Amino acid sequence: MKIAVSSTGTTLESTMDQRFGRAANFVVVDTETMDFESLNNGAAASGGGAGISAAQTVVDKGVGAIITGNIGPNAMNVLQAAQVDIFRGSPVSVKENIAKHQKGLLERIDTSVAAHSGMGR
Amino acid sequence: MKQIAFVSGKGGTGKSTLVSSLSILVQDKMLADCDVDAPNLHILLNGKTLKQEDYFGAKEAVIDSSTCLKCGICRETCRFGAISEQLEIIPMKCEGCGACLLICPAQAISLAEAKTGQTYVSETARGTFSHALLDIGAEGSGKLVTEVRKNTFNFEENEKWLLIDGSPGIGCVVIASIIGTDAVVAISEPTKSGQSDLERVLAVARHFEIPAFVCINKYDLNPEITSQIESYCANNDFPVIGRIPFDPDVMKALQRFKTPVETGNPRVTEEITGIWIRLTEELAKPTAKQ
Amino acid sequence: MKIAVLSGKGGTGKTTVATSLAQSLPECQYIDCDVEEPNGAIFLNPDLSQKFPVQVLVPQVDDNKCNKCGECAKACQFHAIAVVKNKVLVFPEICHHCGACIIACPREAVSETKRTIGFVETSRRGHFLQGKLNIGEPISVPIIQDLKRRMHEGIPVILDCSPGASCTVVQSIEGCDYCILVTEPTPFGLHDLKIAVQVVKKMGIPFGVVINKATSDNTSIQDCCRESQIEVLLEIPFSKEIAEGYSRGLLPVQNELWKDKFRKLYKEVKKVQA
Repeated sequence: MKIAVSSTGTTLESTMDQRFGRAANFVVVDTETMDFESLNNGAAASGGGAGISAAQTVVDKGVGAIITGNIGPNAMNVLQAAQVDIFRGSPVSVKENIAKHQKGLLERIDTSVAAHSGMGR
Repeated sequence: MKQIAFVSGKGGTGKSTLVSSLSILVQDKMLADCDVDAPNLHILLNGKTLKQEDYFGAKEAVIDSSTCLKCGICRETCRFGAISEQLEIIPMKCEGCGACLLICPAQAISLAEAKTGQTYVSETARGTFSHALLDIGAEGSGKLVTEVRKNTFNFEENEKWLLIDGSPGIGCVVIASIIGTDAVVAISEPTKSGQSDLERVLAVARHFEIPAFVCINKYDLNPEITSQIESYCANNDFPVIGRIPFDPDVMKALQRFKTPVETGNPRVTEEITGIWIRLTEELAKPTAKQ
Repeated sequence: MKIAVLSGKGGTGKTTVATSLAQSLPECQYIDCDVEEPNGAIFLNPDLSQKFPVQVLVPQVDDNKCNKCGECAKACQFHAIAVVKNKVLVFPEICHHCGACIIACPREAVSETKRTIGFVETSRRGHFLQGKLNIGEPISVPIIQDLKRRMHEGIPVILDCSPGASCTVVQSIEGCDYCILVTEPTPFGLHDLKIAVQVVKKMGIPFGVVINKATSDNTSIQDCCRESQIEVLLEIPFSKEIAEGYSRGLLPVQNELWKDKFRKLYKEVKKVQA
């Protein structure tokens, strides 16, 4: 399965970014081969709707799950509609987060952070 | 480096005054002004610019007059009145939505990144300082705040603290100011509007699981509301780490471009010093987030 | 005459000035354009008897016509639409009501529907107006536009703007005859005043300054105004009494002396129109 991890860098050693919509990058990892690909999150540089745009980006990559810190309600809606599972990681490396996920140690996120008004404004 | 974000909910409660005072009291730190819509800290911190960059925070339609057929369909389509009778873009009104370029039969319109301000890092007597200034009419965003915070890291020299002057409100800019920090200090004042805005901003901090502390500025202005704020904080586990008295000298100090701790009355200085001591003690407690 | 009251910096006393002016005139219309934090009602105690919803147009997708091509999502600069696994998701709160998605759709599957983002309240005879943006809504400009459509003709209109100098303020002061810029004599107040001055100059509206929390040492603001030939209309002294009154919702014009000063201010402002 392909898993996207929000990341501050572009490699497996990079630290997970606690933000989803405004994460610097997404590292997409194939959990069978540990091959990975880094996606620059163009949404991080957009004025508003960053979460939705970031979600669209990872969904278009065909991932089955994502690992991140906090996720907004809009991004959550997109990921749920696309049937992508969301897990809460911690600010350690992408690799460690993937390992924890494989052992079933990561909590599944079902509720998003509160909608923040003025988002992107 | 530990990062402390100062926020307020309501504007004008004394956030920048407190941060500028701490910029004198606290040693071994960096400073970031994340109140990008109304930055003030740079006024008190004259320094040498180390880095200056244009910031592109918006998109704007551009009409290529050589391919334009002057049909005017774009003007009819634009819902923001941003295209003049002469078929020129009025930048102040353009939302950058791109409807005009979709409708244009000659493909004469494109969207361009528009410069909306500048970011700066400067060397000041009180430490390395990162801030941004927006152009007139431009708006800040989480993106710009992230940029200002990121700029500090490129100049980090093992400082112990980063003091972040946050913006009022509870929106995206505030969230971008506090995310990933070690503590949030909310500055409130005992007025009806100050009280409700404080509760909203504390809820945001709690949501992101960041330890949050409260300072009540001008606490003696309305003892009744002050005690309401204090009991709210006690009931919800937000330590009140400072009560700054109403003091006309604070304003007089500012008029001379001085912070209250430089020229104000000793009671205010003592209280602000106390705020920092109590904050560092709270952060040293094992329960506090690392 | 339409007079807008604004200030670059928050907390300088915009509402104090706007509501005091309103209370000093025999007849006027007061409009609170600070739709995120309307505070004028705390001081003017209007009887708000009428309430009107403010609606904007947002896209809706006809599933029978839509083939999930994703063109609408690509066209939307605000990321208000996502297309995933044969579903189109619309996020109306961040929609800017621009209509680009309708143009982008190759199958005419996108139309528009009305959506309420807040409301406008008025007193019985419409002398007090305020708008309120619903919690969680980021875009306030349509509410300000709605308020401005309800402006009275023939009597003075006072518009209390939101802080800052961004698009909501530009929207509020557009078409006004005069702007009163409220500032305080600190370097912060001065800095933000200069920004506000640039905005009103750009819009070509005549303006003057009210210095709130004035002390014996207002020189920086005074100097700035003199150099730039800006009229200082009024100084309100820095006093604990006025600040205490504010915290309880009381205005300085409870005192006849202040009422008189605000009447004079209005006369000054009115000269500009003549």
